[in-house]
Amino acid sequence: MSVCISRPEDTLVQRLIVLTQAGLPLLDDPWAWLAEQLGLNIEATLDLLKRLQAEGAIRRIAAVPNHYRLGYRHNGMTVWDVRDTDMPRLGALIGAQPFVSHCYRRPRRTDWRYNLFAMVHGRSSDEINNYREHLRYLLGDACGTDEMLVSSRILKKTGFRLKPASSTHPL
Amino acid sequence: MDDLDRRLINRLQLGLPLVRHPWRELAAELETSSTELLGRLHTLLNDGMLTRFGPMFDIERLGGAFTLAALAVPEERFEEVAEQLHGLPEVAHNYRREHAWNMWFVLACATEQDLTETLHHIETLTGLPLLNLPKEETYHVGLYFPA
Repeated sequence: MSVCISRPEDTLVQRLIVLTQAGLPLLDDPWAWLAEQLGLNIEATLDLLKRLQAEGAIRRIAAVPNHYRLGYRHNGMTVWDVRDTDMPRLGALIGAQPFVSHCYRRPRRTDWRYNLFAMVHGRSSDEINNYREHLRYLLGDACGTDEMLVSSRILKKTGFRLKPASSTHPL
Repeated sequence: MDDLDRRLINRLQLGLPLVRHPWRELAAELETSSTELLGRLHTLLNDGMLTRFGPMFDIERLGGAFTLAALAVPEERFEEVAEQLHGLPEVAHNYRREHAWNMWFVLACATEQDLTETLHHIETLTGLPLLNLPKEETYHVGLYFPA
């Protein structure tokens, strides 16, 4: 996919993304490599990374494990019908649980009543059921009903990819 | 995998320090050498224990339009609809989940207009009503899987 970018420093950021989205080379001095690719000096490269990380455009420079290989074969999307006035407090509380990987507020719909989503991962079905119980306890009577949608098959997983500069989309 | 592999996987999920010589700092922390760490990281990536090592961009902050959507697909049409979605470049992830809404996918588009068009396109293509649930607030994003 290609993504439209419009902030001023973005040509540089876009080049950084295209250079590293498949991964950072495993070099003893990765910043020297990156600096050379970007045409900056090492200090400016490191400053750029620090700034992007401080702004949240880069969450971190990190390893992503294959969680299936580490034994985390169970994942459940727990969904909760939470009283709107309690959402700011409870969303933050649920998101802060160490076993919750993603936590969002999403809209209710005519045929969908749940407004809080929390993804949990575990090594057994008991484990994720226990997590769900714990979330239910934390939400208390601010939550009406809930469900847990267990994933049983990955149908597609390509992730987000920015096209290189030859893209037809404006970047 | 030995103890050092586990410690390396756990430490690297938290992020490489943004210092002049990050591998030296990490080597000191894990009481080994940077050559050893890089060698092990190479093996863990090759073996598929790690899927990626690098900057984790919050691509949504950099522009684009995203949503989580779901379809309730009749069982006899499930494979056909999965194939239809697989062919769309806008579909970044797609999971089967055990629920009446049994197909859940993330759409990533360049603009809001592209996203709206893609949502209509999927409804037309599949003939199924779509549940569109864009995020309104993020409370937490941060995968951490202790090895």
